[in-house]
Amino acid sequence: MVGLYKSDFKNPVVNWIDTRMPVFTLMQKEYAAFPTPKNFNYFWNFGALAMVNLMIMIATGVFLAMNYTPNVAMAFNSIEHIMRDVNWGWLIRYAHMNGASMFFIVVYIHTFRGLYYGSYKAPRELLWMLGVVILLLMMATAFMGYVLPWGQMSYWGATVITNLFSAIPLVGPSIVTWLWGGFSVDNATLNRFYSLHYLLPFVIVGVVFFHVIALHITGSNNPLGIDVKSPQDTIPFHPYYTIKDSVGICVYLLVFAALVFFSPNFFASPDNYIPANPLQTPAEIVPEWYFLPFYAILRSVPNKLGGVMMMFGSIMVLFVLPWLDTSPVRSARFRPIYRQVFWLLVIAVLALGAVGAHRPQGIWVVIGRVATLYYFLHFLVILPILGKLERPLPLPESISRPVIRGGGPMPGGAPAKPMEKP
Amino acid sequence: MRFKYVAPALLLGAALVTALGAAPAAAQQDVAKFKQSQPTEAPSLPKLAWSFDGPFGTFDRASAQRGFLIYQQVCSACHSMDQLYYRNLSGIGLSEEQIKAIAASVQVPGGVNDQGQPIERPGLPSDHFKAPFPNEEAARAANNGALPPDQSVLELAREGGPNYLYAILTGYRDPPAGLKMQPGMSYNLYFPGFQIAMPQPLQDDSVQYTDGVKPTLDQEAKDVVTFLTWAANPEMEERKQTGVRVVLFLVFLTGVTYATKRRIWSDLHH
Repeated sequence: MVGLYKSDFKNPVVNWIDTRMPVFTLMQKEYAAFPTPKNFNYFWNFGALAMVNLMIMIATGVFLAMNYTPNVAMAFNSIEHIMRDVNWGWLIRYAHMNGASMFFIVVYIHTFRGLYYGSYKAPRELLWMLGVVILLLMMATAFMGYVLPWGQMSYWGATVITNLFSAIPLVGPSIVTWLWGGFSVDNATLNRFYSLHYLLPFVIVGVVFFHVIALHITGSNNPLGIDVKSPQDTIPFHPYYTIKDSVGICVYLLVFAALVFFSPNFFASPDNYIPANPLQTPAEIVPEWYFLPFYAILRSVPNKLGGVMMMFGSIMVLFVLPWLDTSPVRSARFRPIYRQVFWLLVIAVLALGAVGAHRPQGIWVVIGRVATLYYFLHFLVILPILGKLERPLPLPESISRPVIRGGGPMPGGAPAKPMEKP
Repeated sequence: MRFKYVAPALLLGAALVTALGAAPAAAQQDVAKFKQSQPTEAPSLPKLAWSFDGPFGTFDRASAQRGFLIYQQVCSACHSMDQLYYRNLSGIGLSEEQIKAIAASVQVPGGVNDQGQPIERPGLPSDHFKAPFPNEEAARAANNGALPPDQSVLELAREGGPNYLYAILTGYRDPPAGLKMQPGMSYNLYFPGFQIAMPQPLQDDSVQYTDGVKPTLDQEAKDVVTFLTWAANPEMEERKQTGVRVVLFLVFLTGVTYATKRRIWSDLHH
């Protein structure tokens, strides 16, 4: 039966729209009244921060595109034109450039928060996998965006990364030619990267939409990792988390502003202020900082195809993480051993970042290989086994009665209660 | 309590990374000291105090103007500054009349006449800085095969920025005994590989300053680096001044927002 939606809004205009298209009801349900666990810490800000960051990137990017010229002869100069002649062009460009770094900082913290508190576990597997899709799309977008200024590192970075596909047996070289649109990185490559760099952020918006839908079906995880038991465990999203997210957004904007206004080239490579020159390879071709761990994995494997597969595998392994981790307990707070190997993983990833920034020689090769090995061991061996062996701490009964103060034993010496499956 | 192990683990991680990073670097420095007659690593860059340092830094106008004088009389013989217009020179405090006179001192292509023949005209403030060579080949032919880099964003395009540029300008020395120099190259302590195609551009008294400042090599180098830093970052003063206001506003906004958050959440805790 087709009919109008029965809206509760009193304002006649809002009511008129809402009866025909209940977007106001939707917002009211999903963002105002939405029941949210009451015990979030500030790490739960980072999803909202990523959303804000995506909006900033799209807004600044649209204005950059009005003044940028995607042509090998003019791209570098058009960036300088933006910096010098366009009103507030320097602000728009530095915000976009540093916004990319901020985006990865935010998303990496968001991801590691999910790892620590087990946010990838049932029933949130699909939510997590959509997040990994967003991460992959972000990486592709950032890589292509970095090519657009057509500096030395743009050109040589594009050459190195596209050449990775030549490692694919038989069809590799043909794929590379197809990606380039020619026989080297050139104008055709720049044009298609520009087109895709404009397209992909909107694909990201689409996947973020699915990410949020999935989130609003399962509800948020929380620092205790236990399910919401009763309405006592939750509070409405608005005003409690709108205001808490606002605090996070203010602090985030402070860090962002400090970068943009006082050290806008902190993350930038000086080589990218040299116009692209296909006849002169820079002394070191180093990717942007947010790719360094993956670059280190690539170089830690002494075989080209093997390195490429391990590099892509390091992301792919995240897709199956919900099934690799066999422990029924989500939050690392109740997993004494996982809590330690989690920090080993963090150290391994940081070490890989440092390795990626150095020449692959001497001690760096050793560190790179050990850290790569640990990265894969962590996900493929330790997590599956740990879930079976580890004895988790007793879980609290509910979010609203989380702590048994005094550290006494559970009533009746009850053993750890495994997480109930929904 | 919940983050009991965060700090120790981070410290451990940081210490590990630092230790692993520092060990080979320290070893390399020792090697460099050992081979003093013919170093393998450039010495670390001098750290100068620049007028444009820090969140409140501004360009010393007088120094930048002296630097522009050096660019006009020395650098511009070989180095272009393609991104700059003459009108930009108002940014280092030159007056409209001075800029008009500077622009008019060069001849630039002026389109074609009514016979279709290309003509030249005196430069205007709206013209780009005139390049010394018509193309890369001409530049290389006049410079022993080397290409003098464009200086518009040179300060941003070198690791170390102003300190590196200063070090190069003051880093010319006689080559150590026994070092085989390529023909036409000069020895420079701070240039990668130590052999640089640019002959020493500045000495004491290379230029005549009109404001009474003594043109020592050190002074000239500082002045031209100030000019080049301005040329690469003409927005810097506006950027930092805006930044101070933005940060002050955000600090205020953070405080207000946090107070509001405390107030809204206060009804949950009893």
